[in-house]
This record gives sequence, structure tokens and C-alpha cells, in this order.
Amino acid sequence: MRAEAPVKKALPKSLTPQRLVELYRKMLLIRHFEEQCSPAYRQGKMGGYMHVYIGQEAVATGFIAHMRDDDYMICSYRDHGHALARGTDPRPVMAELFGRYTGVSKGKGGSMHLVDVQRGFLGGYGIVGGMVPLAVGVGYGIRYRGTDQVCLCFFGDGAMNIGPVHEALNMAAVYKVPVVFICENNRYAMATPIEFASAVPNLAERARQYGMPTKQIGGMDLLEVYQEAEEIIHHVRHTPEPFFVEVLTYRFEGHGIADNPTNQALYRTKEEVEYWRQRDPIVSTARFLIENGIASESELLEWDSIAKQQALEAVAFADASPEPPLEELYRDVYTDMEVQEWR
Amino acid sequence: MALITYREALRQALTEEMERDPNVFLLGEEIGRYQGTFRVTEGLLQRFGGMRVVDTPISESGIAGMAIGAAMIGLRPVAEFMTFSFALIAIDQIVNHAAKILYMFGGQIRVPLVFRGPAGGGAQLSAQHSHSLESWYAHIPGLKVVTPATPADAKGMLKTAIRDDNPVIFMEHAKLYSTRGEVPDGEYTIPFGSADVKRKGQDVTIITYSQPVLMALHAADKLAETEGIECEVIDLRSLQPLDMDTILASVRKTHRAVVVHEDHRNAGFGAEIAARIQEFAFDDLDAPVLRVAGADVPIPYARNLERAAFPSEEDIIRAVKRVLV
Repeated sequence: MRAEAPVKKALPKSLTPQRLVELYRKMLLIRHFEEQCSPAYRQGKMGGYMHVYIGQEAVATGFIAHMRDDDYMICSYRDHGHALARGTDPRPVMAELFGRYTGVSKGKGGSMHLVDVQRGFLGGYGIVGGMVPLAVGVGYGIRYRGTDQVCLCFFGDGAMNIGPVHEALNMAAVYKVPVVFICENNRYAMATPIEFASAVPNLAERARQYGMPTKQIGGMDLLEVYQEAEEIIHHVRHTPEPFFVEVLTYRFEGHGIADNPTNQALYRTKEEVEYWRQRDPIVSTARFLIENGIASESELLEWDSIAKQQALEAVAFADASPEPPLEELYRDVYTDMEVQEWR
Repeated sequence: MALITYREALRQALTEEMERDPNVFLLGEEIGRYQGTFRVTEGLLQRFGGMRVVDTPISESGIAGMAIGAAMIGLRPVAEFMTFSFALIAIDQIVNHAAKILYMFGGQIRVPLVFRGPAGGGAQLSAQHSHSLESWYAHIPGLKVVTPATPADAKGMLKTAIRDDNPVIFMEHAKLYSTRGEVPDGEYTIPFGSADVKRKGQDVTIITYSQPVLMALHAADKLAETEGIECEVIDLRSLQPLDMDTILASVRKTHRAVVVHEDHRNAGFGAEIAARIQEFAFDDLDAPVLRVAGADVPIPYARNLERAAFPSEEDIIRAVKRVLV
């Protein structure tokens, strides 16, 4: 399996040691940010669903690293990592999870609906596969204007079994839109293994017939993701045509906050989780930094504690932030029209 | 004033808006090379080219989603559903995406688009091709719902819809496309949320929209000729926003109201209107508000059954007489 590929021994040409450190520290921030989420959830500071990205950090980090300021991205509800990888301030992200007015969506979206319009992040969406057709429209808009922007569209393996995704993949190829479809295959759609849900479990293979280039890559090694993403995004920017990439990855935690270890035992073994934890992208990148003399142990410790500090600051910021005022209930339903209160 | 068809009025609106704003583009099934199933988009591919008049596969979710995505980055798509019966395939895109994006991202992403096409039945298209379902859309916060009945309203309101920064459900009616009416010369738009009193009267208020407006006007003329009953016919034109002021002012004058629509009666839009009338004008009413609506059955094929499934002039006349008892 590609995901088991050994850690690369050399830096890709385009990746300077400084840039690698930057990306490593982004992954650290994502990890620490999400490690603060579960306790906050248990303390009742968050509600709803909460889906963490722990284990998959190399995917968003490695792809988003190649986005230009004017590019777009759109993703599913497992979106904390994508926002942070894109550079969104962790404080308003955490505030959104807390349902506070200072959140990225004014506290009206929550964990599943992060957004950062200034950075071209067009949002996280809660209906599996629902945003994939939207990405085609974004890509069409780019073609319409004749720019060389691209749109990255992140979704999970579960999305490959919902109809609109297939309508969208076909239309993307028909209209040759500059969209990279990034299928983060973490092996389970909630609790259903991909082998149970897809007669062709190789999703890149399945997508091949849509008339766009496809590729399956490993998602646990930041260097591998970075290098593959660079080629793919370059291709889409300059061809232009869409590209489908299946990224083999794994979520270390449950599907969502309710999918606790007892529930997880119904669909996966501790040994399997442990196997993948051994391939933790943060650990392997740290090893690479040390082995190649890019960073020292003490620097790693320092960056780790800075990232943790940032996560704690985000929690403190969220905690101290006000709830949205009640007038917000009726705001933003329409751009130009008051919704009448009937009470 | 020019006498043109509803279909030509829609085409004029599309043409004028596409000329005015390069961000406006059309997408849908058979709208380009085939000139549109109902010929609304006839000639537009030749005039504006394939980038702006986009023929799509039969993929309603894809069409709706593509329109939403393009709108999110500032284009102004007008997506045609061959009929609103097929919009059911795209309902997740319309309800969970188009309608929610502004709100769930705290007002930061606008979705300026129009979903348009024919709704309703009456051409023996039977169960799966005859839906109206405007009450479904009116039920969803974030959508505007408009239902013009005349060529002049169709043109003016389609232009308004295209300029609106929100998702607009623009429901035409297949039986209206060939109807003719006077359309003002030159540039004009008709705002949403402004009902039009299409006939003045003091005895009974008939509240309706879309194709049944024509039916109600005929019924009102007959009632005036044969019974001396003068009905006021209000064409709502838009259901969301809804012009309650015009409805209430009329009911306060006539003290009697009949709501008419083609969509099913059960939980139809008439129920909302009747509820609001009794909430705000209960003391003005001299009779219960009656509803004349489609039967609560799947639409059948046989001509006689289909006719019986939809409201008729006779049904309206009967209801008006009942509220006057």
C-alpha cells in the first residue's frame, strides 16, 4: 500500500528547509488545536458535531501549501485543519467552535461551517459530497474570467458514493474546469469501511473514466503529499483540466465526537489504529527534520510548546468572547430583506 | 407598449440583462443548441456564445451546484430547470446550499442566482412532470420565490431576480408561455413583495398567483356579469417576500377572501395566507377564508381526471358564492 512508503530521504527541489519547518509547524498547530477541542467539548463549551482531522494533517497542509493567495478552496465538515493550514487565525476558528460572535462565521456555522473569504476558503459543508458540485461552479467561474486560478476541493471517501459527486466530476471534465478533486480516503465513511461501500475500492481507479487525470498517493508523509500536490496543482493551473487525486490517509480519532473508542471497536481494531499511528505525519516529519540536520531536538520542543500555546490562547480567546447578540438570529437570511419576527 | 408572449418577455429580460452585465450567464438542459425546450432561450447561444449559454448534461444537482459555486465568486448564473418537477433532484443543492450559505457563513458569501423554469401541469404530463410545490420553497428561509402571471410581470421580475443578491426561485407556468400581454417599452423592473391588484372589486377578495390569476380574472368577470358580484383579484406575484399589506387592505374592505392556487391544497401556500389573514384581520372577516387548490392526489394522466385534479373557474365561482352566503 502506498501509504506505507518509507519516509523520503531528500527534500523536493522546491521545498526549502525553512518552508518545510513552516509546514511542520502548521501541522503541529492543527494537532494541538484539535487536542484542545475534545476537553472543551466535554466541558460543554461546544455543541453539535465535532469532527477532528488528527492523523490527516499532512493532506491539507501539503496541498494548501501550493495555493496562491488568489486561489480557492472548499471542503467538507472535517474542516479545522484546512482553515488552519490556509493560515486562518486559530482564535476566530476556535471561537466559531464555541459559538461565539468573534468566530469566523459569527458563531452561526459552528465546527462544520468554517470560512475565510479573504483567503479564498469558500467554506466547510455538512452534507457529504454536497460542495463538490459547488467546486465545479467555482472552476467554471475561473474559466469564465480567464484567469489562471485553481480551486482545491477536499472531500472524503464517503462522498464517492453520493450521486451529485458523480454529476460534478463529469461536468468538471466536460467543461475542463481548473479544479483539483482531493479525495481524502481515510478508509471509513463514518463506520463503514470503503471495501463494504465501494465495489471498486480503489477510488482513483473508479474516477478514471470521467476523462480527467487521476492518481492515488500516500497521505501520511508530508514530503510525499507536498511533492505530488505541487505537480498536480501546477498541471491544473496550466492545462487547464480537472484532476482527481485519491490520498490514502487515516483518522486516528473517531468519525465525530460521539464516535468514542467503544463505538470504534465495532468497526476497527486497536491494532489497526496503532498501525496507522506509527505513521503519524508529525512524527515522521520531525524525524526527517532531525535526520537531515534541519532542526534540533530542542527546536522541535520549542515549536511544539509554541503551537500548544497558540491553541490554548485560541481557547482563552473563544472563552472570553461574547455570544452573538440575539438580533443575529434574524440577520443574514437575505442580503437585503428583514425577516419578520412573529413572536 | 408592445403585445408579446410570456416566453418572449422572459427572453427579452434574459437578453437585456446579459447585455447589461457580463457576469450573467445561463445554464441548463437543451437551452443552447436546441434553443430551449420551451424556446425561452431561443437565439441566445448564437448571440452570446457557448461560454454564456451553457448546455448541460441531465444532471440537476450538478447544474444547481455549478450555479451556486459560480455565484459564490461573483457571477450571476440563471439556471433553467426543464421543469420544476426535475428540481426535486437538486433539492439538496437548493435547500442545503443555495439557501443556507449566506447565513451559515455569517453573511460573508452571497449567492446571487436564479433558478427558473416551468412549474405546474395541465398538459397530461401525469404524476412526475406536473408539480408546482412553490410552498416547499417558500418554506425555506433564504430563498425568494416569485410566480409571475403576465408577460409584463415576467419580464420585470426576471430582471429583478437577476439583479438580486439572493437565490431566487422563479416559477413560470408551462400554460403561460404562449399567452400574450402588453409589455412596457424600454427598461423597467418590478420589485418583489409588491402584489398587484389585477381587478378591483368590493365584494370578495381572490388571492392568487401564477397561471390561476388568469382563471380567477375570468371567474370574476363571469360573476360580475351573471351575479353582479364584484371580486377583487390580487396577484401576489411573489410569495417570498409576501405583500401582506395589500391582502389585508383588501380583506378589510371586502370582509371575505378566497385563495386560489394550482398546488396541492394540503399544507399548500393558501394555508399560510389563510392563517395570516385570521391572525391579522380576524375581526374584519365575515366568513371563513376558503381555499381553491389542487386535489391532494398525484396528478393523473387521463384528461378528465387531470382536469378534476386542478382548480377550475367553476370551483372559484362556487367558493366565492360560498363565502357570500
